[in-house]
Amino acid sequence: MSPARCHPGRAALFLLLILMALPVWADNLLIVRTHQPLASALENLKRSIREEGYDVARVDMVNIGLLGMGYTSSDYRAVFFGKAEELDELSRNYPQLVPYLPLRIAVFSEGDSTLLVTVDPSTYREFLDGAGDSAIFDRWREEISAILSRMTNR
Amino acid sequence: MKTRFGRTISMVVFLSIAWGSSAFGEPDGARLYAINCAACHGDRGDGGIGVPLSLPDFLSSVTDEYLFLTIRHGRPGRIMPSFQHLSDQQTRAIVRHIRNWAAGEPKLAAKGTPGDPRRGRDIFARHCARCHGPLGKGGTGTGVNFTRLHDQPVVAPGLNNAGFLAAASDRIIRTTLLKGRRGTPMQPAAKMGLSIQDVDDVGSYIRSFEKGLENGGGNSGAAAEPALITTSPLPFAETVERIKQAISARHQRIIREHPLDDGLSTGRAGGRKHLVIYFGNIRHINTLLTIDPRMGLFLPNRVTIMEQNDGKVVVSAVNPLRFRNLFNNANLEHTSREMHELYSAILGEVSE
Repeated sequence: MSPARCHPGRAALFLLLILMALPVWADNLLIVRTHQPLASALENLKRSIREEGYDVARVDMVNIGLLGMGYTSSDYRAVFFGKAEELDELSRNYPQLVPYLPLRIAVFSEGDSTLLVTVDPSTYREFLDGAGDSAIFDRWREEISAILSRMTNR
Repeated sequence: MKTRFGRTISMVVFLSIAWGSSAFGEPDGARLYAINCAACHGDRGDGGIGVPLSLPDFLSSVTDEYLFLTIRHGRPGRIMPSFQHLSDQQTRAIVRHIRNWAAGEPKLAAKGTPGDPRRGRDIFARHCARCHGPLGKGGTGTGVNFTRLHDQPVVAPGLNNAGFLAAASDRIIRTTLLKGRRGTPMQPAAKMGLSIQDVDDVGSYIRSFEKGLENGGGNSGAAAEPALITTSPLPFAETVERIKQAISARHQRIIREHPLDDGLSTGRAGGRKHLVIYFGNIRHINTLLTIDPRMGLFLPNRVTIMEQNDGKVVVSAVNPLRFRNLFNNANLEHTSREMHELYSAILGEVSE
């Protein structure tokens, strides 16, 4: 349910909950830690992404031989997601955004925790050099923040 | 006109500012730490992408001011961002929370005598450079688990760093040299065979880094274009073939290929032809992940070939000289240049 369509009190509560669990802003990256093993975190992430109205396009393995090289974890995935119509429109109008699409979240193990990292979508506004409507990036930021916030609460 | 929704938004803004404060009074340091620090440093300061903070020798060697200034300035080029958006009150609350992990107040060594930085440079080269780097820029890589080899408990921090030098007083540097840091390879000076004079000379050399400070590498590509883009004079299919040949000719393995919107619900974007080709060299991918695990956001390498509305075929890739700025990691400087050269060469094969 969109906060704008429900009772203002509920909307306030909803927005407050999102703000309370907002992921850390660290130099254009959003990053959260969740106390779930990677497999559970991946499943919950896919669910959170879909709950926010996106399609999960694919889950790819990023690393290949880290464990064999002496590192303590080789669990690393990238989750790609988006909305086909947004991808179509943006790729037509802004070729400089194409290499950054669809959206993605990197997911990797660290001990008993799993870290989730993604580019803060509001960063993409700078890529347009003031051209076009960049409101979509603010919405993406809000929605991705909600996705990541849910991960810290699950 | 003040609407109901407007009042709601005002309430949310007010509550969100108030949040992080306990009972709307003092900011809640534990909560602020959880939001801003725990993802990298761990819930209890055990370390992760960020260095461990709860080591007893660390907390007994640094002051609250050091922690405050570290949060405020970060470490340019060393991943740790500056948290300028936190108020002084909030930052102090985080410092108090971190301080809870230590027993007692920090115990700093007495002020030393002015040292000889030239002599300190030689001692640094013999005893410190192996971990901290020949110019004190710090070790390569980060994280206590994912990116660290088993025999390396911590990556040596950058000392030749504007954030460190702004935060660390001479007494803090002297204390660390004298006491070392248990749980890390940093040994006490006496154990390394260093005299008190040696310590003061090294401290003086470290302080001399301030004279030659440079940008940590975090923002040196701010003006670079976000993407490398070229228009191919060839039809779509021929462009794809030419790109694949260019990738293989550079000893890169094609890992997978699929349409840009593959997996999204409404299928192909308006009938346009488009293809994403992922490729890489396994060793290169693993090297990048060990330098910065967050780099997986842009790995493996990728080139997108797309037919535009006017029938032109456009080939694009991320510009590593731009995206590296997202990471505040000077260790990506060299590899991002290499990636830039690789992408440029591949796109150059189909440039008009």
